[in-house]
Amino acid sequence: MGSGSGNSSTFYRVIMSTDITLVSRQLFALVDVNNFYVSCERAFNPHLINRLVVVLSNNDGCAVARSNEVKALGVKMGTPWFQLKDLVRQHGIIALSSNYTLYGDMSDRVMTILRDFSPCVEVYSIDECFLGLQQLGKLWPTATDMGQAIRSRIHQWTSLPVCVGFGATKTLAKLANHIAKKRPEFNGVCDLAAMPSSQMDALLSVIEVGEVWGVGRRISQQLHAVGIHTVKALRDTSTAWLRARFGVVMERLVYELQGISCLALEEVSAPRKQIISSRSFGQLIYSLPELSESVASYMSSAAEKLRSQNSICHAIQVFIQTNPFREQDKQYSNCITVPLPNASSDTRLLVRAALFGLKRIYRKGYAYKKAGVILTGIDSATLYQGSLLTQYGVDEKSARLMSVLDQLNQKYARNTVSVFYVGSQKTWSMRRKIMSPCYTTKWSDVPIAHAF
Amino acid sequence: MTTIVPFKPTSAFAPPCLQRAEIDPAVCMLPLLQYRIPAGFSSPAEDYIDKKLDLNSYLIRNKAATYFFRVIGNSMTGAHIHDGDMLVVDRSVEPKHGHIVLAVINNEYTVKRLYACNGVIELHAENPAYPPIRFRENEELQVWGVVVGTVARFIV
Repeated sequence: MGSGSGNSSTFYRVIMSTDITLVSRQLFALVDVNNFYVSCERAFNPHLINRLVVVLSNNDGCAVARSNEVKALGVKMGTPWFQLKDLVRQHGIIALSSNYTLYGDMSDRVMTILRDFSPCVEVYSIDECFLGLQQLGKLWPTATDMGQAIRSRIHQWTSLPVCVGFGATKTLAKLANHIAKKRPEFNGVCDLAAMPSSQMDALLSVIEVGEVWGVGRRISQQLHAVGIHTVKALRDTSTAWLRARFGVVMERLVYELQGISCLALEEVSAPRKQIISSRSFGQLIYSLPELSESVASYMSSAAEKLRSQNSICHAIQVFIQTNPFREQDKQYSNCITVPLPNASSDTRLLVRAALFGLKRIYRKGYAYKKAGVILTGIDSATLYQGSLLTQYGVDEKSARLMSVLDQLNQKYARNTVSVFYVGSQKTWSMRRKIMSPCYTTKWSDVPIAHAF
Repeated sequence: MTTIVPFKPTSAFAPPCLQRAEIDPAVCMLPLLQYRIPAGFSSPAEDYIDKKLDLNSYLIRNKAATYFFRVIGNSMTGAHIHDGDMLVVDRSVEPKHGHIVLAVINNEYTVKRLYACNGVIELHAENPAYPPIRFRENEELQVWGVVVGTVARFIV
């Protein structure tokens, strides 16, 4: 991933230099939108401001975003919607389906604004972004001033609240962001790079080790088991010992906590080695034609992703499953791998392979809840090994057709041209009962301004 | 300017005479010249072609901070903002006295002209039928954004 080379060079520079101040230290910022989905909803619906709001996951399953007021009630991330119904009645919580069109547009705006502050940007997720600052921080009296400028500009231009964390490494920037978010005295901006070490030690000694970026629940338990409970304790543990016990990833993580940058900014994300497209259905599905429709549609979007990273795949997998939570139903789930005779990224070929596989694993009489496709054996399209026995879907003509298909679907709308008929009755499509309008992307949905 | 001339079906109108296509013309072989022959002059405008006019660049100064709203009501007709028009709202513009702004009042978006002079803050309609909205001390006016343009389409 390129982080190896960045690692060693930084490492040597720090070790060999006797005067640390001579070293041009790296500076990273992590900008993260607070309660992103809820904040997007509030941006265009003043009725939601100061109210208790949750945004639900696909098929309105569970809470994936909570306003601060809902967090204060103790509602955890991922709480199933049906468990919330009592609280809803008691406190008048407003629940909304997720409106990814709106969130995507607002995310684009935030990232555009951030590019004005640094040309080195790694969009880490829909609501999080790393900035590489190096010398850019010097344009401001302090990094904190820059952080406040970022905060106020994003709030002014989009109405979204953000927190900014600065650190000498990405891991520290992420930790700084966590501190900025949890501790109101920081006013939304925390700079660990400029913090006196005594203050930093005091902060890190009260943060649980599981909050460190890259420390999951299992590793966190293992660390607790060996007596490492806080971030400070982890940072001050011998890296050699950690490497022997937990491996090189943990060692690198601790270097990062010590301020030695090992993880480079990934401005261009590496092509993915596996592409999955799957979803739960809005309602249970019984028939093969309906399942075929969903599988063809998931495959079409997976193939589009495959082409967008200029890759081809050697095999596809299809899986279907019933709903394990409906104990009254007969259960069935199965998966099949269909190898392709020639690696391809042609939607026609991939959909055909997926439907072939689906037919093999489909059993009548079950209530299906979920289906999906996985593309594996992904290679770069430019390194394609030719074959004597080619079929359609691997040549220049196919590539041209697919590029036209992608352009049409990009220019007009998704599924303007599709290889499989998608019926108007999408019984399998997502259930999003309480979705807000697409305020920023659809003329029919723009908010109303009263002139009374 | 386009002039529309009424069509008179009575006027003598006949399609131009065309020759019949030959069913089986004799084969005629001609040599293919190996040189390119420029046909006519190159366009004198070639070096002056500019990009086409884009309404987006006319209406939108700051894409990341611009949003659209649809108007309902007639209180701003004096400012040429009519029922059904689309407002172009820029959040990056600092609201000043005289700007047309989008304000949040009673949890609704309202479009009015901002009057902010000598400590007096009011929202003025541009239609005598609607009284101005006044703000007392301690009352807060929340301006969501500044209206920088309108877009209207007519039924034709």
